[in-house]
Amino acid sequence: MSAKPLKDPLELFDIASVLTDEEREIQSTVARFLEDRVRPHIGQWFENAHFARELAPELGKLGVLGMHLEGYGCAGTNAVSYGLACLELEAADSGFRSFVSVQGSLSMFSIWKWGSEEQKLQWLPRLAAGEAIGCFGLTEPDFGSNPSGMRTKAVREGGDWILNGSKMWITNGGIADVATVWAQTEEGIRGFLVPRGTPGFTTQDIKQKMSLRASITSELYFDNVRLPDSARLPLAEGLRGPLSCLNEARFGILFGAVGAARDSIQAAIDYADSRVQFDKPISAFQLTQKKLADMTVSVGSAALLAVHLGRLKDQHRIRPEQISVGKLNNVREAIAIARECRTVLGANGISLEYSPLRHANNLESVLTYEGTSEMHTLVVGQAITGYPAYR
Amino acid sequence: MNIVVLVKQVPDTAAERALSEGDHTLDRENTDLVLDEINERAAEEALRLKATTDAEVTVVSMGPDSALDSIRKVLAMGADRGIHICDDRLQGADVVTTARVLAAAVRTVADVDLVLAGNAATDGQASAVPAIVADLLGLPQLTHVRELVLDAKRVRAERETEGGETTLEAPLPALVSVTEKINEPRYPSFKGIMAAKKKPVATIGLDGLFPGADDTGFLVSRTRVVEAVPRPARSAGIRVVDDGLAGRQLADHLIARKLV
Ligand SMILES: Cc1cc2nc3c(=O)[nH]c(=O)nc-3n(C[C@H](O)[C@H](O)[C@H](O)COP(=O)(O)OP(=O)(O)OC[C@H]3O[C@@H](n4cnc5c(N)ncnc54)[C@H](O)[C@@H]3O)c2cc1C
Repeated sequence: MSAKPLKDPLELFDIASVLTDEEREIQSTVARFLEDRVRPHIGQWFENAHFARELAPELGKLGVLGMHLEGYGCAGTNAVSYGLACLELEAADSGFRSFVSVQGSLSMFSIWKWGSEEQKLQWLPRLAAGEAIGCFGLTEPDFGSNPSGMRTKAVREGGDWILNGSKMWITNGGIADVATVWAQTEEGIRGFLVPRGTPGFTTQDIKQKMSLRASITSELYFDNVRLPDSARLPLAEGLRGPLSCLNEARFGILFGAVGAARDSIQAAIDYADSRVQFDKPISAFQLTQKKLADMTVSVGSAALLAVHLGRLKDQHRIRPEQISVGKLNNVREAIAIARECRTVLGANGISLEYSPLRHANNLESVLTYEGTSEMHTLVVGQAITGYPAYR
Repeated sequence: MNIVVLVKQVPDTAAERALSEGDHTLDRENTDLVLDEINERAAEEALRLKATTDAEVTVVSMGPDSALDSIRKVLAMGADRGIHICDDRLQGADVVTTARVLAAAVRTVADVDLVLAGNAATDGQASAVPAIVADLLGLPQLTHVRELVLDAKRVRAERETEGGETTLEAPLPALVSVTEKINEPRYPSFKGIMAAKKKPVATIGLDGLFPGADDTGFLVSRTRVVEAVPRPARSAGIRVVDDGLAGRQLADHLIARKLV
């Protein structure tokens, strides 16, 4: 019998059978775009810490940016389609998925959900087209998991606001044309749109990262930045503002992680089939098969969970703790899978020619941002027991 | 302005392709089917012309149920409507039958100015269908085109074959077949994919295209595949180590094969 390894571990689950033609078409279009435009270069970009900004307008043309939003030049797809696009993006590299998540679910969503009509008209069409880039500043050097303590502050001066403080670990920060910035005010936490070039607003990119190297991460500084009241997101009040955005982005991540895991397993299956040791392909050894079988079961379960949560979201009945279940499980499984796949590749596994270690390194960030795995564990714990155990 | 583009669904060239045991037709069961990549460029060219001339683009495909996916793909890229010729009796149709069916489908579209096709499909590679369709429709044919310009009532094309390059011109209506050099096809946008669902696709069978025709006369297949053998595996090349005489060796090699 001539052995023919499975190309895609998700085939075993026939995931395609629970998707509509349209969802599959959107997914395969993104996959094809990445195959042509990203995959041939991604190892190099990761090595050189290069973000291919020129791809933003192309992603815009496809309709990827803010794709699940309605109107203002956005494609208006369902949530499952958005998830599937994230899955394919992250199968290429978490850096691209991060770019798309921040642009669509943090920057654009914050404006779409909490902004004035004027703000929407000013920013959303350009952000959707990839002509402008957005970022989202919540985390600060001293406040990560507990953003409610943030020190960035906006005080009224006449009709204007004066913004002071800094933000840390901000994806797209250094290249953003507009930053959604969350700050304390006398009335509580409020959001502001700060255009690039506003006097007193500066950024500095964070170097020497070992993760998400093909994505830009920056610090933002605000030194007496004067903003008109029209820069404030009028509908956002309190921490609910930024948290609603994070829920959108986390939803994309719980699909994205499946992509990174799938791509790692594909690399491992392919390698194990061609690598011969002790006169056999290493895929014919039981230990390798156990790894591949366990990982395939795990990625398939993660994918089914993602689609299930997507359907709940499309029915507008998904709850935040359900998103936590998905983010916790799928990212945790994905990073374990990527690391295990690396072992299948032996020494070759540490080379950028193969994807698993790049995915594993990227997933270190994914495990931490958008709520650490510990935070999501506590959310799930509270949903089960009724006791909040954060403090 | 009305443009009709002819497209075919074929097995993915990236995957291994197989012929079915019995009649040596393509095994469609076990392969991924995709819109043929040269035909996709014909569709792209139609959409480019649509952008500048405001043409209505009709995509026509003959094939089993699955061919609808390829029609939808072109609709997602931006075409306006589709015609799907689907009839079990067309299974294994040869080039002449295929061309007759396609020509009949083109005739159902009113006031056609331009018919676009790929110069070949990557499965059969016969490269004959566009020319036969043009002949049946009585249209001038401009085949193997790598550049196309449309002005008012004329079409000008740069034709490129192994034999050389020529500039062709013809009055409209005309048929143009394109090579893979003509353009880079666009990716369908998400909006296009969602809109495609709502665009009209007419499904027609043989009885609709040729009312009253009798099968036996029409479906006589002029060709039959008697035998199919896989291409022999490539043999290793010759290695020339340059010890100062490599030039001589290369020349001898080429002369022996009458290549110079
Ligand atoms: C590459 C990258 C990109 C990012 N992009 C953005 C962005 O675009 N915008 C943005 O605002 N932020 C961004 N972040 C920041 C990210 O959201 C934070 O890093 C994250 O919220 C965690 O905060 P922290 O790093 O300060 O960790 P901390 O909150 O200091 O946590 C450190 C550790 O302590 C644990 N911990 C904290 N509190 C508790 C508790 N109560 N119980 C148990 N364990 C606890 C955490 O789980 C973690 O393991 C990004 C981060 C990275 C790495």
